Formats: sequence, structure tokens, C-alpha cells
Amino acid sequence: MGSNPPSLLGAWLRNDKSGGVLLAVLAATCLLVPLLHLAVPEASPLHMSSYAVTLIGKYLCYALLALAVDLVWGFCGILSLGHAAFFALGGYAMGMYLMRQIGSRGVYGDPILPDFMVFLNWKQLPWFWHGMNMFWLAMLMVALVPGLLALVFGWLAFRSRVTGVYLSIITQAMTYALMLAFFRNDMGFGGNNGFTDFKDILGFDLHKPVVHVVLLVISAVALGGSYLLCRWIVRSRTGRVVTAIRDAESRVRFIGYRVESYKLWVFVFSAVLAGIAGALYVPQIGIINPSEFQPLNSIEVVIWVAIGGRGTLYGAIAGAVLVNYAKTWFTTALPSAWLYLLGALFVVTTLLLPQGLAGLLARRKPAAPATGASVT
Amino acid sequence: MNARLSWQKLVGRSRSTSPPPRHGALVSGDPVEAGPDASHGYILYLEDLTVSFDGFKALNALTLYVGTGELLCIIGPNGAGKTTMMDVITGKTRPDHGSAWFGQTLDLLALTEPEIAQAGIGRKFQKPTVFEKHTAFENLELALAGSRSVWRNLAAELSGEQRDRIAAVLAQIGLAAQSATPARRLSHGQKQWLEIGMLLMQNPRLLLVDEPVAGMTPQEVEKTAELLLSLAGEHSVVVVEHDMEFVRRIARRVTVLHQGSVLAEGTMDEVQANPKVVEVYLGEQ
Repeated sequence: MGSNPPSLLGAWLRNDKSGGVLLAVLAATCLLVPLLHLAVPEASPLHMSSYAVTLIGKYLCYALLALAVDLVWGFCGILSLGHAAFFALGGYAMGMYLMRQIGSRGVYGDPILPDFMVFLNWKQLPWFWHGMNMFWLAMLMVALVPGLLALVFGWLAFRSRVTGVYLSIITQAMTYALMLAFFRNDMGFGGNNGFTDFKDILGFDLHKPVVHVVLLVISAVALGGSYLLCRWIVRSRTGRVVTAIRDAESRVRFIGYRVESYKLWVFVFSAVLAGIAGALYVPQIGIINPSEFQPLNSIEVVIWVAIGGRGTLYGAIAGAVLVNYAKTWFTTALPSAWLYLLGALFVVTTLLLPQGLAGLLARRKPAAPATGASVT
Repeated sequence: MNARLSWQKLVGRSRSTSPPPRHGALVSGDPVEAGPDASHGYILYLEDLTVSFDGFKALNALTLYVGTGELLCIIGPNGAGKTTMMDVITGKTRPDHGSAWFGQTLDLLALTEPEIAQAGIGRKFQKPTVFEKHTAFENLELALAGSRSVWRNLAAELSGEQRDRIAAVLAQIGLAAQSATPARRLSHGQKQWLEIGMLLMQNPRLLLVDEPVAGMTPQEVEKTAELLLSLAGEHSVVVVEHDMEFVRRIARRVTVLHQGSVLAEGTMDEVQANPKVVEVYLGEQ
């Protein structure tokens, strides 16, 4: 780039070609999806189906989740196998708001109680459902609940210097425990059915195509913004300390940094991002239930990141989109083969492409930009 | 008989030439922040240190003093207690008996590992551990004495003064041309110097250096010798080393450890002439 871009964003992206490509793709998505879905008539072969819109929206939310995992795993070396839990908690917070919005339009017509509570013969709203009809409070909870869980969990784990495989295992235990808890009817979160049949969000009808498109655009903007924020973090001195912790933890402690504080900070920030991803996911998919807490989900996210290229941010996003696209394709064409294929992909990536697809890209370029990508 | 006499003579002399004028009075304010008070000519006082591991005495009533600005070499056969002594000084291992003071006022046995590092004791481990993915410059930046807060470091920028300091240390350790090179691309010797540089960034009063020249080429050994000699004076330096030629090259005073206590002290020639030392250590070679 010969010219000097006047904007802050331009200056920011000068050294980040991959990030520039990513933001360009996201911008194109924001333009093309509304155009092809809303403006192009349905009869035209160029028309984008509402199924495709939902699918792209889902990929964007998964990409944000992968970004969150890459930040803790790729940069801080914390292999979290429980990030789907933060995603699901954010989703549940959004789901509570959407449930309260249904009001008397539910099957049982109760103006306050969601259907499943009427069905369970409950007479009043549990305390934690109060105020969740207010959008701002629900949005606060989207960030606060995953963040708080990550804070408590991380504080206990990092303070006791639990690392490596042991940490991964207890994150699995955490998401599994949450799944079991959310399956119970008396938790007050709809048991195994979870929440569904949402009507509207902030007064906008969730069944209207334009609302879906707007949600997709918001997801794309959230993803782009989160990417820039994550990139700013990993390029700051804090980011350099964090990657140093990944590479030589005891050395960092020896220099005088409180390793636990840094890990905790990154872990909580990442959990909040995952929660936001979950909150964007639920209104687009239209359902949230305890299966989102499945341990397998968290492992899949790690596979997306590994395939895309850990420690690169954009690689995680690309990995999430590509793997999920492949999943969509295979689960229709060859449903029984998908899990084998995913496993094989993971093994092949680990053995042959330790840097993932991003590493493959970097290898094709001359050395200088390649190291820039892998270092930062 | 003769050996026994000279050993007593040596021990006696070491006691008489190293008086421990330490009062242990605490200064007001935070002693860790204030750093050591080395006004009596000594930076480190180790007295009567004993460390046992399951009955094995790794240190046995070890008494040792390090002068301010001194370059002291410690030699001794394997299991003599060299590493354990370093561990006690840096707070990694707690002794069963004895005392360890940093200058006049800092009781090392009462401080935690990070507090000791902050007070001004830097330790270089045998195996170089630098941050492989970071450049030489960034390695020094992270070691720079400064804020350790997550939030503040998010927006932290290096001041001109700090950049100059990093550049000065890069020049001192001979890596000025490698400033932007990732540490994983540096040679073994360069990594060792980089690690010494990281210690220097924290302005330590006392540097503990564990086997700095193991695995180095002769040219690298020579450069390391020059580096360590240039550090003495401004810093007190304790070097643990097996390479006798290297010790001869840099040492002014040599202390021989054996079975957890001081066997002999003196110049390299005096120590090598000591029959007791010849018997337990040099005789093996």
C-alpha cells in the first residue's frame, strides 16, 4: 500500500492484509445478502433463499465463537473445551428476552409466564426472569453471565495453576455440568425443550425476511468489530505478554507479571465474545436448548480453529465458515460420513498443517509477511 | 594432615576477610521497592544455610558473602549444592536453617519469588528460555521494568527513553543487528545473551548466572566472558560454571562448594593449588 490512508482503520490495516480481506468480505456480505434476498425477485436464479440467509447468519455467529476460542487458545495457550457453554449462556439470556416478548401470544395465553412455566403449573415468574423483558437488561446479561462464570471458573483454575490437559478436562466438565443442569425442568429454563416459538425482537417480527437480514448484518458488524478489537489486543503489549505466557509461562512470571491476571482477563473477554455470538445466534436460528452445552460442540469449535489456523484470528474465522459449510453440505449429501470426515480433517491438520489453512497461505508467500502473520 | 591444615586455614581466612557487618535493621517504607542497602560493601549475606531433601543435605551450613560489584565464580562437582543455593537466594527453595540477606535490610527468606526479582536479583537459568516467537526487541520490552498491569499495558507505548534503554542493552549484549529477529532464529549463544539482556532490563543489583557458556562455540565463550566482565562493577555477578578455562578467564575470586558447604575460596590459582580441592573436584578431571 503506497498511499497513506488517512483513516484510523486504514492505518490499522496497513500491516494486516488478511484482516483487510476479511473486512472486505464482511462488507460484501452486508451488501449482497440484502440485495440478493430482498431486492432480487424470488423467481430469479440470483435470488437468495431465506434458508441461505439463516445459514450465513449462523456461520457468522460460529465465526465469532471461533474468534473467541482462538484468542484464548491460539494466543494464550489455554485450550478451552468449554466455550460452547459461554455461547449457550449468551443464547439463553437472549432467549429469555425473546420468551418474555411473546407475552399473551403463547399457546396458553399467559401475559407474564412463558408457556413451559404454565405447563409446569408454576404460578409466578422465578426471580431471575424478572426484568428480562427489558432489552437492555437482557443484553447486559448476555455479556455479564458468561463473563462472570468465566471470572469465577478462571480465578479458581488459574490461581491453582491448573494448566494444559487438566484445564481442558475441567472446562469439558463445566459445560457438561451446565448441560445436565439446563436439562432439568425445575431450573426454570424450559428443560430439554429450551426456548422456541419466538415472535419478535424490539417489536420487529422475527418472521419477516428484512428482520433476518438486519440480524445478519448486525452479526457481520459484530464479527468485524470483534476482529479489530482482538487484533488490537494481540498487538498491544498486553497481547505480547499473553503470547509470551503461551510460549514460556514460568519465564513471564519470573519477569514479574502476574500470569493469572493476564490469563483471567483474556479468558473473561473471550467468554463475553462467545456470549455475544450466542445471543446473535438464537434469534436467527429461532431455538435454544441444552444440547448447545454438549461437550462435543466445544470440541468442534477447537477443530474449526485448528483447521483454519490457530493464533491468526482470521484463520479461526475462515476455519469456522469453511468447516461449517462442509458440514452443511455433507450432512445433506452423506450424513453418516460427516463425523468421520471431521475427525480425519482434524488428524490431517494436526499432522500435516500445524498452522492450519492460514499457515498454508503464509507458506506460499515470501518469508517476511509470513512471519508477520504467525507472530502477531 | 597437611590438607586438613590448609583447609582450616582457608576457611578461617574466608571468615576473617569477609566480615558480615549487617544489622538487619528495616528501613521505613517498602523495603522491596527501595531495593537493597549495600552500603557496607556487601550485597549478599548467606549464613549457616541448611537445606535437606529427604535426609540428604543439599546445603550444609553454607556461609557465603558476595561483595558489591564483585564477580564471583562458584565451582564444585555435581551435587555440591550450587543450584540449591541459587534456589534459596531466589526464593524457590526455603532453607531449614540459616539466614539470607540481600544488602543490609532485605530478608530474602521473608520474600516471595516475584518480590525477590523485583528487589533486584535476576537469575539466568542454565537452559536459555527466551520468548521464541517474539523479536529480540520485544523480549527486552517485556522484561523492561515498568507497569505489569493488564489494562495499562493494553494502551502502553514505549517512551523515547525506554527505546533508548532497550537499544543500549541490545548493543551491550551484541544483538543490535538482531533487534527485529524472532528469538527462535537466534543461535544458542545469542539466546543466552538475550536472556542476560532481559535480566539487565530490570536493573538488577545482583545477577545469578547458571552455566552461561555450556554448549557455546569458543568465539561465543569469549564474547560471553567480555559481557560478564563488563557487567561487574555496576552489578554484582555470581557465575556458576563447570568450564574451568572460562572461570580462569573471568574470575577474580572463586568459591569451591562441596557437599553443601564452602570448601575453599581464593583466586583460581590458589584454589587449584589447594590439595583438598584437587582431591574432590579437579582430581576427577
